[in-house]
Amino acid sequence: MKSKYWALISLFSISIISKAWSQTLPADSGKLILHFKNVVNGQPLRLNDTAVNYHNSHGDKFTINTFKYYISNIVLFDDQGKKITLPPAYFLINAADSTTFDPVLTHVPPGKYSAISLMIGVDSARNFAGAQEGCLDPAQGMFWTWNSGYIFLKLEGISPQSNAKLHRLTFHVGGVKPQNTIRVQTIPLKKELIIGAGQTAKAVIITHIDALFSGKNQVDFSRLSFTMGGPNAVLIADNYATSLFTAWEETQR
Amino acid sequence: MKRRVIFLICLAILGAAGSGFESSLPVYTRQSDTTIFKVPANFPKPVYDFKGNRVSDAGFRLGRMLFYDPLISRDKSISCANCHQSFAAFAQLDHAVSHGVDECLGTRNTPALFNLAWQKEFMWDGGIHHIELSPITAMTNECEMASNLQEIVVRLNASEKYPALFKQVFHRDAINSQSVFRALAQFTSMLVSADSKYDQYIRHENNVVFTTDEQAGYAIFKAKCSACHTEPLFTDRSYRSNGLDKHPDDIGRDSITHQADDIGKFRVPSLRNVEVSGPYMHDGRFNSLKEVLEHYNTGVVSSPNLDPLLKKNGVLGIRLDHTEQLRLLAFLKTLTDTKFINDKRFQDPNKIKSK
Repeated sequence: MKSKYWALISLFSISIISKAWSQTLPADSGKLILHFKNVVNGQPLRLNDTAVNYHNSHGDKFTINTFKYYISNIVLFDDQGKKITLPPAYFLINAADSTTFDPVLTHVPPGKYSAISLMIGVDSARNFAGAQEGCLDPAQGMFWTWNSGYIFLKLEGISPQSNAKLHRLTFHVGGVKPQNTIRVQTIPLKKELIIGAGQTAKAVIITHIDALFSGKNQVDFSRLSFTMGGPNAVLIADNYATSLFTAWEETQR
Repeated sequence: MKRRVIFLICLAILGAAGSGFESSLPVYTRQSDTTIFKVPANFPKPVYDFKGNRVSDAGFRLGRMLFYDPLISRDKSISCANCHQSFAAFAQLDHAVSHGVDECLGTRNTPALFNLAWQKEFMWDGGIHHIELSPITAMTNECEMASNLQEIVVRLNASEKYPALFKQVFHRDAINSQSVFRALAQFTSMLVSADSKYDQYIRHENNVVFTTDEQAGYAIFKAKCSACHTEPLFTDRSYRSNGLDKHPDDIGRDSITHQADDIGKFRVPSLRNVEVSGPYMHDGRFNSLKEVLEHYNTGVVSSPNLDPLLKKNGVLGIRLDHTEQLRLLAFLKTLTDTKFINDKRFQDPNKIKSK
């Protein structure tokens, strides 16, 4: 009896709220497309290219075969410094798949924005919430199978300086407890980004791969060529924590 | 897209409204279904919230079908049930360590499967945090099923029987890994073992009484074992070193936490169904419960991470004389849930039909 009563109230409120949403959503909010450009040594990343001469700040040469990372928990800061948290969304940027380079953020309130903040990785609430799908599907290869949890950022490649088998570089950064590798970077936008109601704006985010190997802990590939969570992954996360991204240009259409 | 947003809002509202009358609704099972997840009267609230995955008849049957299907392993040679045998409370009888594809022998003993909905972490080292993801290790480990999720999903989508069965449960056209994990969780969460003699005694059911030995064994258990093997789950769900080795070959919990004080620690296993789920310890080194009790009596060796409860007042281990051991064994046998290990619902559906 009681449950029927609740069901009626729920149905009633659903109809009101859904009506409100369907009316207000399109007119009131805008969209923001983030275009990610992966860059190494100031050049656009080329995967599996042995002719490139990438080097880290220690002077070690390397090439890259795999580069993928999650971004989530996106927050915008308006020109008054007010924080606007966008609805939960998770994106996997995969350097091998250009269809992943342009995540679309919906339900962005119209406004003038001066900074954006991105979580590099997946928050713990979602990380430990059971089987997920879409870009969080463990079949994406960004999930540890023996130690469940997402790999937040993955770089694999080759360096002659690496002492690993076949001179491999394997940097899998992830893990929350006890070594936390979740990092959130706030990126100032060079020019104010204006998002109007029903409009779509675009911001270009440059991802600086060099940031993994310098900063707080300069990485020498002969000494560190493998991280799989744990304390070594924290060294890499600490490096890129404040320098993985810059915003380059913003356009509106 | 808009429709989907509205649907999600509806769900959120229903969820919020649901909290007001939680106790009157079977929140773990879909209404109208007869496969019901019940919390036993002497058990706490389960850890698994069944969010987005309430148990249904069709979901349970699908999970069971997957559990018994060797299609999941790389060479289609073994199913989950190869190592998790119903008659052994879903541990593996007489196998010290797990036995995977290509005759590969693993390094750890197959854990028993029951009361998983109350478990916070899985595997001997606690590396897995969620019941739904608990099969991922065995599916992908090179020495177990040696497959990968993409391959499993492709095989299931290409099979004759599975697409329709998945659609019936999850109402989607294609099978993805989430549906596979959720279907399996509908089966594994239903593996509730709470009907042993001990349970009936505690719940005052069927006029069950303990014998003198069982009663004495229960008193010994409460005095000497229950700090780690805490009732009613018979585990406190922690990680401890019980003094097996001075220098452990298997670092255990440390492989997950990367902390030296976790070296050689393993998940405290439940003692429910312990009589039928040997061999014992993370590496299956003891074949009988007698050996286990003797280990605690005289075999505990010191190491930096040895559990403090096993070196109280400078004494290594837990002293148990012959009579105490017999009584304790009598009590441990009251934890055997024969109804659970013989429950046809949990057995291979193909075999039951052919009988």
